[in-house]
Formats: sequence, C-alpha cells, structure tokens
Amino acid sequence: MDRAAAEPVDRSIVIPAESLDTLIGALRDGGYQVWGAQERDGALGLAPLAAAADLPRGRVEAAEAGTVRLTDGPRPAYFDHTLPMQGLKRMVYPARERLYAAGQAMSLEEDPVEAPPIAVLGVRPCDLAALDTLTAVFESGPFVDDRFRQRRAALFLVAVNCMRPAATCFCASMNTGPRAEGGFDLVLDEVMEGDRHVFVVASGSARGRAVLDALAGEEAGQADREAARAGSQACAEAQRRHMPDGVAALLKQSYDDPHWANVAERCLSCANCTLVCPTCFCSTVEDRSSLDGAEAERWRRWDSCFGLDFSYLHGGAVRTETASRYRQWMTHKLSHWHDQFGMSGCVGCGRCIGWCPVGIDITAEAQALAASEQAA
Amino acid sequence: MSDVQTLDRPQAAQSGGMLPSIYEVRRRRRELADCVTLEMAPLEGAPLSFAPGQFTMLYVHGVGEIAVSISGNPGNGEALVQTVRSVGAVSKAVCGLAEGARLGVRGPLGVPWPVEQALGKHLMVVAGGLGLAPTRPIIYWALANRDRLKSISIVYGTRSPDQILYAPQLLGWSNTEGLQVGITVDRAGEDWTGRVGVVTELIAPMLHDPAETVAMLCGPEIMMRFAADALADAGVSQDDVYLSLERNMKCGIGWCGHCQLGPHLLCRDGPVFAYPAVRDLMTVWEL
Repeated sequence: MDRAAAEPVDRSIVIPAESLDTLIGALRDGGYQVWGAQERDGALGLAPLAAAADLPRGRVEAAEAGTVRLTDGPRPAYFDHTLPMQGLKRMVYPARERLYAAGQAMSLEEDPVEAPPIAVLGVRPCDLAALDTLTAVFESGPFVDDRFRQRRAALFLVAVNCMRPAATCFCASMNTGPRAEGGFDLVLDEVMEGDRHVFVVASGSARGRAVLDALAGEEAGQADREAARAGSQACAEAQRRHMPDGVAALLKQSYDDPHWANVAERCLSCANCTLVCPTCFCSTVEDRSSLDGAEAERWRRWDSCFGLDFSYLHGGAVRTETASRYRQWMTHKLSHWHDQFGMSGCVGCGRCIGWCPVGIDITAEAQALAASEQAA
Repeated sequence: MSDVQTLDRPQAAQSGGMLPSIYEVRRRRRELADCVTLEMAPLEGAPLSFAPGQFTMLYVHGVGEIAVSISGNPGNGEALVQTVRSVGAVSKAVCGLAEGARLGVRGPLGVPWPVEQALGKHLMVVAGGLGLAPTRPIIYWALANRDRLKSISIVYGTRSPDQILYAPQLLGWSNTEGLQVGITVDRAGEDWTGRVGVVTELIAPMLHDPAETVAMLCGPEIMMRFAADALADAGVSQDDVYLSLERNMKCGIGWCGHCQLGPHLLCRDGPVFAYPAVRDLMTVWEL
C-alpha cells in the first residue's frame, strides 16, 4: 500500500448520495472491477457491482446469536447494513487454490497468481483490521506468501464508517471500529439529515486521493465532518456486546477451566465460525493425481481447527474432544495470536456469533470464563 | 512481541514458499524394519546447508508432503541425509523411494539447536527411539568441536535391541575418546547383554558437572518431560535444557496453523525450544 506516499492524501469532500455511481465509474475508469455487498439467498455476499442500485439499500441485518436475517431498515441508507457473511479473506486468500502441478519426472509448475485490480466498496473498519491481521500472518513472518501479497496489493479499499451496529457487533471493545483510522484508499461517511443525503469522502492513500480528485464535490465542512464523527460515536455506544478487558491473559489461565466442557455440550464442531471469520487463516494441502498417477496437483484449501484430523499426529489426533478444539480456536484468536503476530486475532465483527448454528457467542463465553476464573 | 521465549532463528535469509526444489535419491539405506535413511542431492544448484535441528518438507509425487528432521553432518554438505520411519501414507512412500528416484524438498526450516550454548561445558544428548535422528547433527557438530567441549554424553533409549537406530555408529562413538554413550532398552531377550530400563535412569550416572552441563532432548514428549525432570533433579538448570517438539505440519513456514502449541507455531518458533518456554504447555490436556 502507498499509505506513506509523500503526496498529501488527506482531503475530504462532500458528494450527493446519487453520486455513488460517479464514484463507481471513477473506480472503473481507474481500471478496477468494483465489488460490494449484495443480497442473495437472503444473505449478503460480496460480488461485482454493476451500479449503486445493486447495493442492499435500506436493508439491515437482524442478527442475533445463531441467526442473521435481512429486513427493511428505517431509512433508505446505502450502508445501514453491516457485513457480508464473509470478509475480504477470500479475495486475498482463496478457499481453494492450486499451488502447483507436478508432471512426470517431477517437473513442477507453479500456478501463476491471478490478481486482477478490484475495488471493494463498503469495507467496514473491522474488515480492514482483519486484512491487516491476515497481512501480519502472511507477510510479516520469516516467509512471505507472495500469492497473498499480490492479491492484497491489487485491492483498492473504499471503506465505510458504520453508523449502525448489528446486535452481534463488538468492534468498539476490540478497538477496530466503528470508525476506520487508516488502511483504506477512500473512506465514506453516509450522512442523512432530513432530506439531505450525502457522503463525506476522504482519501487515505495517494491513489485514493487521485480518485477523489476526479470527483466533483465541495470540500467537506466542519458540520458534515462532525456529523460523521457523531454517527460513529453513536454506533459505538449502541453496541450491546463487548469483549471483556484482559481476555488475552485470562485465557492463558483458563486451559483447564471446566467451562470448556460446557461449551462443548453446545458446539457442533461444524467449523462455520472459522469459515465466516475474516482472520481464520488455517489451511491444509491436498494431492490429486491422474488415474495412472503420472500427473499430480497440489492444492491448498482452508482448514478448520474444529476438524478431528486437524491435529493428527502419528498415532491419533492431539485434540480429540470438542472442548479442546473450541479452546484452541478461542484461545488462539484472543490470546495466542498476540504472542504469534503481535495483535488480536479477533476484530469484533461478530460473524461467528450470528452464523453459529447453535448461537455460541464468543463474548458471552469470554465473560463466562472470566466469571469461572474469578470463582475458582 | 510478548513474554513468550523462543530461540533465535538462523540469520541467513530463508527463501521459498510452498514450491519445492527437486532432489534425487542418491543412496538409500535400511536402518530398521520400518526406517530408511535417504541421501539426497538437488538436481540443480548447491547442496542444502543446514544447522543441527532444522527440518525439511519432503514431497512425494502425487502422495503428499511431510516434515522430516535432517540427520546428516552439518559440516559435510554433500548430501541431504534424512531418516524416515514408515508410519503414514507419505512416510511410507518416502521410505519406498528407490535410488535415482526424485522428490521435492523445501527447507531447511525451523529454529536449530543452540549448540554454541554448550561450548566450554559438558554436552548431554538424550534421545528416545527415532529421536536420535534429529539429534545426530548435534553429535557430528560436537565431534568436530570436541576440544571446545568439556565432555560429550549420548544417552539413548529405545524399545528393544532391534530398534536401536544407527547401531554401528553408536558403537563407534562409544569407542571414541571423549564420548560417553549409554544405551538402554525397554525390553530385550536373553541375547541382550546391555541395559534394560528407562532412559531417565542413565541421566544422573552419566552427568559430570550438572551446573556446567547443557542438555538437548528429543523423543516422545513423555520421555522428554521425565528426562527434563531427571536433569533438574540432578542439578542441571532448566534454562540449559533444550528439546525438539513435533506437531502436524502442512506448510512448515508459519502459514497453515496446524503446528500450534499454545502461543508457539512449532515450525516457525521451534521445533527446538528451551525447556522453560514449553514446560507448562506440555502438561496441558489436548493442547
């Protein structure tokens, strides 16, 4: 990213809501395919946008533990919905990809990376944080995943600051939202007051600034900027779920807590949480070969620590029980991630809460563990 | 980053991702009924240079890839030497590779044994079963640096006499000045004149000066825990005890998440650790 570019990038303008198509056009002119949230099969997914009309305007999620439903919201806002069911993960790290083909005599041919320039419109602050988290995993270690790096570099990120939380959101307590502080090319605030419906558009990178400068808009005034900030503040205050403070240290003391068995009575080990999580990065590899065995392929695909064979070591699995697998997932996410990558693995998006078929709530489990440790 | 203690990884730049280099099996030797040692060389480029304790990912065409420690002499980079036990589909295929066969190699990977910590001190290697394979490079290194070490002790335990790995070499080392070799087996027939018992019983008798000893352990986790306890009971500082751990690995380079042990990614932060960094984690249920 060119966040550290020498050119001044901080400019903010106001455009009328109807001009969202102008922004989409400017991105397209810049060579990007434009993606955004779209309603499909009763849920939101990220997909290519033809026009702003494809966005789920006026729709909001009614999300609770174990349920995510779309309903009509109170106003025709473009971005009162919160999150598509998956974040940016699949755009930078496909669920399945062929790593190489191995021909006879072991001639290995690495698959080229397909990284077309894509602009994502409406990225929420939690998903921006998740992208930073994945970047730490794949780009900050002794080995850099060039496949990830190329795909990430090809993304143009148009963030949207949240004005309304879903009931499953807890980004405020993870310090990842609801207002984006960086990591975007452009950021939008949707301001609706009476009949006035505008976007405050601010740039966060040189290439974002170039797109912004191509838009016709007045410089944003203090009133609009304050309205935007107040909207984010209200969104933070409206969040009902919170991660307890000190959860990273708490979990390190909770390896033997009896509460894990309690979670295991409900958890199905279905791996939905790891699939919708925007930071879960675990993968496995698969080998495929032609019937005669002459041609082979090696594929990488997402894996989940909830699978029994995830921890397989000669002789059997290390984590045979659901209790130890849930503990692995939650402790990795909220505690060991700090040790491994210097940050939390949870960004507070709440997807794992809504998409859990039995409604397990990571914030509630953290609070239960805190209470259990206090009682011990 | 945090209070999690790990050892330093080699300064040399590590390159490569998931794509292996192609090697050829130059020599294949059966070690035990289910164990084979392969000597491999790259089709192109320089031989792989490594530090004791590092491992590679070995890929067999169409079958899969596994993590295997390097067992060769770090001072002799001619061939990549690795000993493999046939326990699963991939290791069985590796063991079945004939001389001249090709395979994929990624590495060297992982944090090595901090052998320099033993300079000027007594070095004790404690190995169980196939755990002698990842520790053999320490022994080669120690032999090359014998005049800089006070003594070298090899404590080796395995199931039965027919499971003694590198037996001719162990015999040679036991006849080498400055080297002490202690071998014990769990069970044996009447033709075995050696020792029967657990490896921990040999530790105290073979220590020279516990306060001046550095120990390196590799074997089943339960063996390493009891060996570490025996060393501590004999007066060896836990900070001077190092061990090598094993978990499922799919990538070997920190991306796949399979080899976690609590805060550690074993492939990236290990597989070699100072004992205090993993001691408490090793007793956590199903971690």
